[in-house]
Parts: sequence; structure tokens; C-alpha cells
Amino acid sequence: MNRNTLRATALAALLATSALAAQATTIGLMAPLSGPQALVGQDQVDGFMLAVEQLGGKLGGQATSILKEDDQLKPEVGQQIVRKLIDKDKVDAIVGLSFSNVLMGSLPRLAESGVVAIATNAGPSPIAGAQCKPNVFSMAWQNDGAAEAMGKFAQDRGIKRVYLMAPNYQAGKDMLAGFKRYYKGEVVDEVYTQVNQPDYSAEIAQLQSAKPDALFVFYPGGMGINFVKQMSQAGLSGKLPLYSVFTVDGTTLPSLGETAAGAIGAAMYDASLDTPENRKFVTAFEAKYKRTPSLYAAAGFDAANVLDLGLRKAGGDPKKLAAAVKTAGGEFKSVRGPFKFGANNMPVQNYYAFETVRVGSKVATKQIGMPLAAHADSYAALCKLP
Amino acid sequence: MSAALLFVQLLNGLQYGVLLFLLAAGLTLVFGIMSFVNLAHGSLYMVGAYAAALTYGATGSFALAVLAAMVTALVVGLLLELTIVSRLYRRDHLDHVLATFGLVMFFNELVRLVWGPQPLFVQVPEVLAGTVQLFGFNYPSYRFAIIAVGLLVAVGSYGLIHKTRVGMLIRAGAQNPQLVGALGVNIGLLNAMLFGVGAMLAGLAGAMAGPLLSVQSGMGEPVLITTLVVIVVGGIGSVNGALYAALIVGVVDTLGRVLLPLALRQVAERSVADAAGPALASMLVYLLMAVVLALRPHGLFPARRS
Repeated sequence: MNRNTLRATALAALLATSALAAQATTIGLMAPLSGPQALVGQDQVDGFMLAVEQLGGKLGGQATSILKEDDQLKPEVGQQIVRKLIDKDKVDAIVGLSFSNVLMGSLPRLAESGVVAIATNAGPSPIAGAQCKPNVFSMAWQNDGAAEAMGKFAQDRGIKRVYLMAPNYQAGKDMLAGFKRYYKGEVVDEVYTQVNQPDYSAEIAQLQSAKPDALFVFYPGGMGINFVKQMSQAGLSGKLPLYSVFTVDGTTLPSLGETAAGAIGAAMYDASLDTPENRKFVTAFEAKYKRTPSLYAAAGFDAANVLDLGLRKAGGDPKKLAAAVKTAGGEFKSVRGPFKFGANNMPVQNYYAFETVRVGSKVATKQIGMPLAAHADSYAALCKLP
Repeated sequence: MSAALLFVQLLNGLQYGVLLFLLAAGLTLVFGIMSFVNLAHGSLYMVGAYAAALTYGATGSFALAVLAAMVTALVVGLLLELTIVSRLYRRDHLDHVLATFGLVMFFNELVRLVWGPQPLFVQVPEVLAGTVQLFGFNYPSYRFAIIAVGLLVAVGSYGLIHKTRVGMLIRAGAQNPQLVGALGVNIGLLNAMLFGVGAMLAGLAGAMAGPLLSVQSGMGEPVLITTLVVIVVGGIGSVNGALYAALIVGVVDTLGRVLLPLALRQVAERSVADAAGPALASMLVYLLMAVVLALRPHGLFPARRS
């Protein structure tokens, strides 16, 4: 073989690999990976990456490269990242999309581009309703779902007087509204606290003087850790039933320990959920990351599996991907049990009630009910998707 | 609101106030005497909280944890003073802000890299885990312990500043640092010592706050902002002022959070009051600061300046 042939062969080989690379799938994965909510973002990423690893590094049977981006929980940063992923990296799909405010900020560009977007942490009411888009999905929940389930649970338990607390921002108001949509008893008081308030001593004193039968709170992240600890220190845990959403979950439980014992929460997923898919997922997640997966990790894991099935169905045609993902939602095996996308691309899924119980010197969660089965959100009627 | 509830709320305000005082005492001295703006004071609070949480987790002794927090914060504070802060005294305030803000980011990221984003778990020490019955309210014993520690530090610092030779130098330094230096006092040593003590108190505050709050990266910044309000209200450089102002800010903030939404419900519709109440309450301490600045620009209890 002369030198020229060698060069030509090398060149051909190079071209062949780059042609292959061009065919490979590229997925953008955006989540808050720094700041106080980094834990929530990291769980989504870890869940997603675990599924990709189990699929042999391939999605839809194609070699896949994943571009991880940190939106810092800032809508303007999220917008830039989404624009970059779509225009420069030409991704096939974007997963994650952070909190509701970040997702809403990126919505116009997502809708215009038609790129499939799968949110693993948000399902704001506008996207569930009038502003729904054929290519924007939520793999997590419609935001009100868990609170509605908690309201139903309190109603079913025959709780007469409930005290409600949440931080003073949109999600806080949505959660309390969701609770009240299904709870018909007396609301003793509705208290909104400052966002990221560290100390709740004053509010806990007011709460004690109101003497309710139960308390419902929405305090995500560090706020929840502070609130639940301080409530327990005031001697209320065990005496005043605590119902919550996104407060006592897989991300906060390790920091709460037994102060959370007795707390009841509603969610679409918890690691203690007893399905064959979930047992496998939890074992694999714990083996890889040395911690228990949270509902955020489950949403990330499911998103990768839905995307995998969707890509197979679309057969490499990006125009068919959105419809394929929608069908895939009803066919793949979710770790949370039955799942499908509703007409508005929001989850139709069960919401379970979980109780935090003492197991020896540690705490664990236990499923104690299913207040809402195959629950669709209340905004779907406003969505005009076919 | 019943008298008993009001009393409990005042106690809550007092407890928040003394925690603020632990942070404000060091900050006001550093600001007043060295004219140094130290935004990294919140990071020293975080360093203390982490040192306490880790020691408590390893040894199970809360007393050791508090000691470890104070020593660690002291050492970190002295190192900062020697390597970075002492080079900046002669520069203007913007340089101080830039450098210490950089330190804030450095410490937050360092903590996140080493211990991850998961907040550390800190239990209330067993002895103080109970509650005290106060007119039908359960009040956590641990919060009484915070009040006691805070008041002890207040008495101690009063003694140090008003009854000792070092205290005399500190007071002199707050009034005219150049003259104190010209009289042959080693002002560099005094500065380093003050910075160290301030750091140690911040570490103590972090250790005491650990069982109440989530110990995590970035925990120092929100409390630092309130601390800055305290030292402005109290008068920069005045430890007594810091104490009174911390108590005032603690009580105003606590009662504001409770009473303002209730008061608004009397005059406005429920939904409006629920939305505006917490928003206004969060502004209250800043309004207080604005009023104080307008009426008494040197603070309510200034270190006397000739």
C-alpha cells in the first residue's frame, strides 16, 4: 500500500466516524446544579444518567451524547442555555428544564423550535392549560397534583380543622389552592411566610395558639428542614399531625432524621414504593450513588426511558418525535407505577401518601394510601391540543 | 392576641436578637475600628456551623462541638486576617467588598465541593431537647440556651471593653485609630486580635444555630444582611449599640411577621392582606434602618466620637 492510499484510507475512516457522529443523538440536560436547590437538580441528572448507563450509553439505539447545563435556578440563564442547545448544539431533545419559573422563561423558544422538551421538575398551570405545547411534556407532575392528593387524604381522614402554611410566592399559593380544591373542612388560618425564611419560631407560636387538628405545609428544600426541625423542637411532632408536599422527601430526609417521624406527605413517587421496576431502580441507584433516590431522581430516570422509547418509535425523524414521546409515555414502565401523558402532555398518574416512620434508630418512609388514582390535573380542559 | 402569646413572641424576638448580636459584635468592631467591610463574616458563621455539625456527629458531645466551632472559626479568621484582610485595610471600601465577596463565593463553593449540597444533620443536644411549659405554650429549651449564651457573651464583652486595658484600646481605636497607632500601640496586633475574636463569635453563632437551621453552603448570606442592618442601627463600632440594636431588630422582625398580616386583615381584604403582609413584614427591619439613618445618621447608640 503506498502512502497516498494509506492517507485516503485514514481520511475515509475519519469521515466515516464523523458521519456516524453526526447521526448520533444529542440530548441537552438542564437542571439547577449550584445554589441551595443543587441537590434537587443533581438527583434529576443522576437519575437520567443511570438510565442512559443501563441502556448502554444509547438512547433510541443510537450512541448518545448528553450536554449537562446548570441553569442556577435563574430564568435568564435558563433561556440562554435553551437557546444555545437548540441553535448551536442542535439537540434532539431537552430534558430537565428546572423549576417552573425557569421553564416558563424558556417556553417561547421551545415552542417556536419544536424541539421535544421533557420537564422533570415542573408542571406549571399555564403549560397544563391554555399555553400547552405539542412538544413540551412534564415527566414529573402538574404542580398542584401532590397538594390535591394531600387535601383529599385529609378530607378522607375526616380532619375537621386544618392550618395551612407556605412561602409567599406563586408555587406556595398554588399548593394551598390545590389542597383546598379537595379539602372541604374548616381552614383555621392560611399563613404565608417569606421565601427562604430561616426561623419559624413566631409562626409556630401562632400555630400552637390556634390549636388546629392538623397542619398542611409546603416548604421545599432548606425551608422544610428548618421548619420541620423547629416544629419538632417545640414538641409538636407526634401531637399535631403534619401533612406536607415537597417538604419531607428523599432530598431532605437525611438532614431531618427522626425529627420528621410521623410526618405524612403526598407524592407521585417515593423510594419505598413497591413495584418491581422501582425495586430494581432503587437498588441500582443506591449501588451507583450511595444514597436513596428521591422523586426528582425518579422523574429523571423515567424521562430517559420515555425518550429512549420515543426515539425508537420516531425512527430518526425529528418531526415525529413529539408524537412518539406522547405514545411512549403510556407504554414504558415507569418506576412510579401506572403512567401516561394526558391530552395536555401532563402526567396522568397515581398520587400516594407516605408516612415517615422510625425503624430502629433511623427513619424510613412507608406507603399508607393512594388518595388519587390515575389523576389528571384540573387545567387540561383549557388546553386546545388535538 | 393573648398576653401569653405576646410574651412568647417577645421571647422569640429576644432569642433571634441575641443570635444576631453574636454576629454583629464582631462585625461592628471590625467595621468601626479598622473601617473594614467584611462580607465574609457570614462565611465564618458557616465555618462554625460546619465545624460544630461535624464534631457533634463524630463525638456526640455538643460542648466539644461548640468549642470546635469557636476554635475553627478563630483559626480561619486569623488566617484570613494575616493573608488577605490585613493587606486591604488601607484600600477603599469597594476593594474590601470585592475581596470579601470573592471569599464568600470561595467558601460556599469549597463547602459544596467537600460536603456536597446536602445539608448536614444536627440534632438538638439531648439535655436541651425538651420543651418548657409557658402559659400553655411549649417553648423549646434549646432556645432558652441560646438566649443564655447570647446574654453571657454580651456581659463578657461589656466587661472586656469597659473594664480591661485591651478594652480601653478597643474603645480608643473605635474613636481615633490613627492616634492610637501614633501613641505606640501595636495597632496591627490589635486588629488581628479583634478580627479573630469577631470570627470566633461568628463561629459560636453558627454552632448555636446548627440545631435550629439547615447547615448548608450559603447559609451565611441571609443572616449577614440582617446583621449589617443591626450594626447600622446600633452605630458602627459600638458593641453596646450592637446588642441593643440586635434585640430591637429581633423583636421588630418577629412581631412584625406576626402582627402585620393580622393588622392588615383589619383594613384590607383577606387575599390582599395575606399577600402584602409577609412582603411588608420582610421590609420592616430595612424601614427601621432607613428611619434611623434619616434621624440619627450615626446610629442609635454610636461609639462616641469627638
